[in-house]
Amino acid sequence: MSSSIGITNVNRIYTDADGNKVNALNDVSLNIRPGEFISIIGPSGCGKTTLLRLIAGLDKPQSGTLSIDENTISDVSPERGYVFQQGGLFPWLTVEGNIAYGLKARKVYKNNKKDVAKYISMVGLEGFERSYPHQISGGMAQRVAIARALINQPKALLLDEPMGALDSFTRADLQDKLLELWKENGITMILVTHDIDEAIYLSDRIVIMTPRPGKINEIIDVDLDRPRHRGGVDFLAMRKKILQLFELAQAEPQPEYNI
Amino acid sequence: MNGEAAVKLIKPVKGKGTEDLAAEKQKIGWNYRNNAYFLLKIMLTVSGFLAAIIINVVFPQKADVVIKTYTLSAFGYNLDLTMNDAYIFIVSLLILIYGAAGVRAFVDRTRRKLYSKNAAFRFALGAALAIWDIGGTKLQLFAQPFFPGPAQVVEAYLIDSDYIVQNTIYSLRLYAAGFSCGVLLGVVTGILIGWFPKVYYWVFPVLKITGVVPAVAWMPFALTLLPNSFTAAVFLIVICAWFQIAFLTAQGIQSTPKQNYEAARILGSSQFDLIFHVAIPHAMPDIFTGITSANAMAFTTLVMSEMLGQPGGLGYYINQSKVWSAYYKVLAAIIIMAVLFSLINYIIGLIQKRTLRWQEGVIKK
Repeated sequence: MSSSIGITNVNRIYTDADGNKVNALNDVSLNIRPGEFISIIGPSGCGKTTLLRLIAGLDKPQSGTLSIDENTISDVSPERGYVFQQGGLFPWLTVEGNIAYGLKARKVYKNNKKDVAKYISMVGLEGFERSYPHQISGGMAQRVAIARALINQPKALLLDEPMGALDSFTRADLQDKLLELWKENGITMILVTHDIDEAIYLSDRIVIMTPRPGKINEIIDVDLDRPRHRGGVDFLAMRKKILQLFELAQAEPQPEYNI
Repeated sequence: MNGEAAVKLIKPVKGKGTEDLAAEKQKIGWNYRNNAYFLLKIMLTVSGFLAAIIINVVFPQKADVVIKTYTLSAFGYNLDLTMNDAYIFIVSLLILIYGAAGVRAFVDRTRRKLYSKNAAFRFALGAALAIWDIGGTKLQLFAQPFFPGPAQVVEAYLIDSDYIVQNTIYSLRLYAAGFSCGVLLGVVTGILIGWFPKVYYWVFPVLKITGVVPAVAWMPFALTLLPNSFTAAVFLIVICAWFQIAFLTAQGIQSTPKQNYEAARILGSSQFDLIFHVAIPHAMPDIFTGITSANAMAFTTLVMSEMLGQPGGLGYYINQSKVWSAYYKVLAAIIIMAVLFSLINYIIGLIQKRTLRWQEGVIKK
């Protein structure tokens, strides 16, 4: 079910409104293992969303190659599901309609009609089948977006800051749901986030990117046992390590010796 | 409603003593929940129309209007009646309807609030009929023959019943043919303009410039170039609906967020799906805005083209009646238009509400 994804020497340059060239991705290489949960973090402008869009096939690099299971990625495909930061749902379709969309688009709806109910219960949205997107909360909307992607049985799920707009309680809840779905479906997960805790809590590996030009700074193995504890000593140590990489960690307060 | 039910459930169950009932009665106060108050509201509603009838019967007629007797036949029965009889019959019917609604609201308490609210306006409606009657046919206080009394307007229906029905059907046929073609063409053109940049480049400017010209301005061409006056009028209605709807449909298609297309493509959509299952559903609110505004213009175009060059229709009937200074007939036709066009608006509103169910509760951006 899961796939490996290979990214080799990828460059992506944009031209902004003033005609300046922006080096969004500079010689980026990364190998994602099958069934891995990988997070990409970094400050805004580091190219993390650009990288995710390239993997999805929504965008093309100027040079370099992207491949999934040795096949070059040239266009979008239902085998690489995508969850947008927010919205992304079709407001004119019900929860059920949104989730069934992929089956209908691929003309396999009739054979898999029962799947819709299965995926609705998988993300815990029983009773909201007939609700429209604006009638449900942001956290529920993201669950719908995840179920909508999963119903196509993708080999990889690409998540673009799916929890960025949620409050911290909903976010923690959805993170657990995501882990559950990852184990259940055994697919490769690629998460773009700017939340360090979220990356440590979820990932096998964390890719740290830095801006101007966007490039991979370091890849960290998160060798903590699962289930992880958000307040654990190892967890906090890992957090400190990453903060130091971003030069965000403050120096330890010096004891005051003035008497 | 749900809240009330929930509160009732939480309340401990106990038999209602006489004290409780008395306390509840006191709580009700002097409003529509009170039976006596509500009965007064029903009487107020009906009294205006009653006054209209009494005035019609009791008031001496000063105007030089001959009271003719007309014979209506239906289902093998013949009914002789004058215009005053018919007028009283109609007003009585209103009393019956509003009275029955009042009785219904008296029993079904959820309807009481709205009925009470409408009472004053319905009274005024009846009172206006009474004043109109006095000022018109009865005492001729208003300028004649421009303001005939209500009974005379009713007389128009008695004299011309078949002819009015015939003209109404003619108008409806014109409207149905013109507007349905206009909507169809408008939506299709709008989708093409919104979807294909090339079509946008070549067609949109033409649409923008010609769209501001009132459709009736094309009448000379329509009347000479098209085979008959019916097709000419259909053509004018088509034009006025077409441009407006195409314009807004194109706007709706073009404003579809890129993210909707991207999501749909990743989920496996074909080009066909992107148009029919993403762009068009997204454009639906705009399409309906176009349809409702085009509808109002279609009414105008319909009546104007009927007045200027049609062998039938309500506009034609008005024109013809005006020539004979039969202003009561003009008013009769205007009343039919008001009812008919309101009905059409109402039906379009229903379709819109049903189609845009997903928007309910969302403030339109």
